[in-house]
Amino acid sequence: MTEIPEHLRKRAEAARAKAAEKAAEGGAPAEGAAPAAGAEEPAAAPSGEASRIPAHLLERSKSAKARKEGATAEPAAAAPAAAGGGGVATAVAAAAPPPTATGPGGHTQRLLTVVKAGSIQDVKATPVDKVHTWPHLLAVEFVASLLMLTFVLIFSIFVNAPLLELANINNTPNPSKAPWYFLGLQELLTMFHPMVAGVTIPGMGIFLLILAPYIDRNPNNKPEDRKFAISLFTMFLMFWAVLVIIGSFFRGPGFNFVAPWTQGLFFEL
Amino acid sequence: MERPGGKKTPGQRVSEIVDKTQGSQAWNSIFRPGSVFRKGYTDSPRNRSYVIMNSVLYHLHPVKVKRHAVKVSYTLCLGGLSFFLFILLTITGIFLMFFYRPTAAQAWNDIYTLQTSVTFGLLVRNMHRWAAHLMVLSVFLHMARVFYHGAYKPPREFNWVIGVILLTLTLLLSFTGYLLPWDQLALWAVTVGTNMMGYTPVFGDQVRFVLLGGKEIGTDTLLRWYVLHVLFVPFVTVIFLAIHFWRVRKDGGISGPL
Repeated sequence: MTEIPEHLRKRAEAARAKAAEKAAEGGAPAEGAAPAAGAEEPAAAPSGEASRIPAHLLERSKSAKARKEGATAEPAAAAPAAAGGGGVATAVAAAAPPPTATGPGGHTQRLLTVVKAGSIQDVKATPVDKVHTWPHLLAVEFVASLLMLTFVLIFSIFVNAPLLELANINNTPNPSKAPWYFLGLQELLTMFHPMVAGVTIPGMGIFLLILAPYIDRNPNNKPEDRKFAISLFTMFLMFWAVLVIIGSFFRGPGFNFVAPWTQGLFFEL
Repeated sequence: MERPGGKKTPGQRVSEIVDKTQGSQAWNSIFRPGSVFRKGYTDSPRNRSYVIMNSVLYHLHPVKVKRHAVKVSYTLCLGGLSFFLFILLTITGIFLMFFYRPTAAQAWNDIYTLQTSVTFGLLVRNMHRWAAHLMVLSVFLHMARVFYHGAYKPPREFNWVIGVILLTLTLLLSFTGYLLPWDQLALWAVTVGTNMMGYTPVFGDQVRFVLLGGKEIGTDTLLRWYVLHVLFVPFVTVIFLAIHFWRVRKDGGISGPL
């Protein structure tokens, strides 16, 4: 029995359905034929694939086999049967004692399966354009770190880190500000209860960030295909950036609003 | 070129010494094959691979990387620069540790003396301070870059999680260091911060007590934050950094191209 690959069987079925549809569209006389074709389908299915082997080849191999075995059956009598379809040919072969060196139907060669190149050579690692890390990457890293070092060094020569007067627990400066990266939270403190502003909102923020890859199920990384994710994240960034900027530059004594260009900066790094 | 009288030119003598040194056993035991300091280093694919494979530092990298991965416009070097700033902070931080005692009575004076009487003291403290702020910024920007490239998508989800942990560790590192100068800025910034954490539901008071080492900010807080800043948090950070870098390679290098 020839095993028909699943995808080929499906394809054949689809083709048959399409042909039936076409016949149905063809006109009134075809309408009568359509159910008949449908009825034939299950019976034709197994033989349909086998009969893809050209009839004359089937006939030739069959007659050769008959000669070899010295069978009494007349080749001439077998010929129309073989021409009738592969289904008949298999039936004849099944009746005969199973030969050892030949396949079903007495064919010495048979079609096992049709395999497309893509499915047997499923190459997952597509060739990637690569370059040597040395010098291509190390050189870039070296230059980047040199530039950064230069920047930090020169900036540090000209700008001193703040050192205010000795800490005094009895003298609260006005305003008292957190480090700049927490000024967004301090800004939230003016709007919410401290538990919400100081714990719940930042906690949720971190939690959402951690969960981001598990929430975003879209496998695509092209910006045009992930507009929602990008706009959401941009809003997230802007939310904090705006709060930090307001907290840093627009809050003065008593943490009240000030305009930095009139009342000056109340900000230490 | 032989000079009359069989004397060698100074140039010949120098190159002879260089040859002899580079050919010596000691030299070759120090520099592994592929080192540019080895005798007869030539630019060949084999030597390019050896440079990476035979260096304890460089072999964080694979021998080859995707061509698009070396484009500065893709990564903006943000992750690498964050790591570089971490190293710079470690070096400058070790320098500062020589001149600093974490007690309320001495801390501020030590910083003041460092700035006024120690050679390069002011410069190194400035560098430490500005590099710290820059690191917070670059880690933050690195996160934004990774998000906008969709680089957190499979198979890199877990490395994103490690990255978020590293972001919080960076903030912790910066915040614990903020208290150490023991000036008005430090004291009140930390007061604001720890008061906020005191509002943690259920065990807020306990959290605050653990953070401050008491009911109020004092010399115990300073010691506690000092140990956190110079030892504990960097230690944890290095572990997570190692996992982060290792996962970059295991997940098939950096993401992209878009």
